[in-house]
Amino acid sequence: MTVSVNPSQTGEPLFYLADEHPHPEGYSTSLGFWIYLMSDCLIFAILFATFGVLGGNYAAGPAPKDLFDLNLVAVNTSMLLLSSITYGFAMLTMQQNKIAQTQMWLAITGLFGAAFIGIELTEFAHMIHEGATPQRSAFLSAFFTLVGTHGLHVTCGLIWLVTLMVQVQKFGLIEANRRRLMCLSMFWHFLDVVWIGVFTFVYLLGVLR
Amino acid sequence: MSTDTHAAHADDHHHGDGHAHGSFSSYMLGFVLSVVLTAIPFWLVMSGTLPSKQITALVIMAFAVVQIVVHMIYFLHMNTTSENGWSMMALIFTIVMVVIALSGSLWVMGHLNSNMMPVHQMTGMN
Repeated sequence: MTVSVNPSQTGEPLFYLADEHPHPEGYSTSLGFWIYLMSDCLIFAILFATFGVLGGNYAAGPAPKDLFDLNLVAVNTSMLLLSSITYGFAMLTMQQNKIAQTQMWLAITGLFGAAFIGIELTEFAHMIHEGATPQRSAFLSAFFTLVGTHGLHVTCGLIWLVTLMVQVQKFGLIEANRRRLMCLSMFWHFLDVVWIGVFTFVYLLGVLR
Repeated sequence: MSTDTHAAHADDHHHGDGHAHGSFSSYMLGFVLSVVLTAIPFWLVMSGTLPSKQITALVIMAFAVVQIVVHMIYFLHMNTTSENGWSMMALIFTIVMVVIALSGSLWVMGHLNSNMMPVHQMTGMN
């Protein structure tokens, strides 16, 4: 990116970084992780597009109105929102070097995340029990793929969270652990952003349809 | 970013300030805003206050867009200066790709749906 024009030595412009100076470890991690999140965003965009195209094809099966319980979705959404703010508190206490409080907020975040997954799995089980399986209609295939992929991401986030709690317990809030906690912070808040799309376009607009 | 390694290069190079951090008040403001922006769409759909479904749909989509922006600013700390603006560039690129993928899919598949009906429904149409 840097064009270094250095006419004093050879008289020719240099189109590369003139000095290969060392970078501190992990200095580009947050940008790299952000670019990963953006690629993940494209995966969700495709799944949203699929749901948008197929979301109305019920194949004479159950429609969103028959399946979705908006009260349950509202509880689920608040679980994810609360886990977002508690993760924010974990980041704030991390910046103040308070290990015990950071661990506590991480644990609370994990509990809210687990509650979210629990409610979602209960909802899925209830739907499948009623015969609304992914094989039933194109709408249900698209629904389970989109919402399931989001749930899978949250599950991975929970595993990551537990791993980091063990890391922090073992090694404390060292530079590497701070970097990892910041990456998980971006991941966790990103999943909340995706959930905004899910509850709006899948649940609310589905019931409205 | 650790400062010791950078101090030597501070005069000739400027790496971005890394990722921005939030404060307690910015997190709380973001949380309150997102609770309000979540509660209103749910209430609109569950109570059916607005006269037509189209208006309700447009309003809750507008709320979703606003809430996504709120999350981006207060939780993901997006701004134009973090990472020398590269995270914003990546975000803008992604938004362009997402808009093309979503609008293109819905547009093309919508037309296919309405123009390529099964044969038995097309009799008498020419």
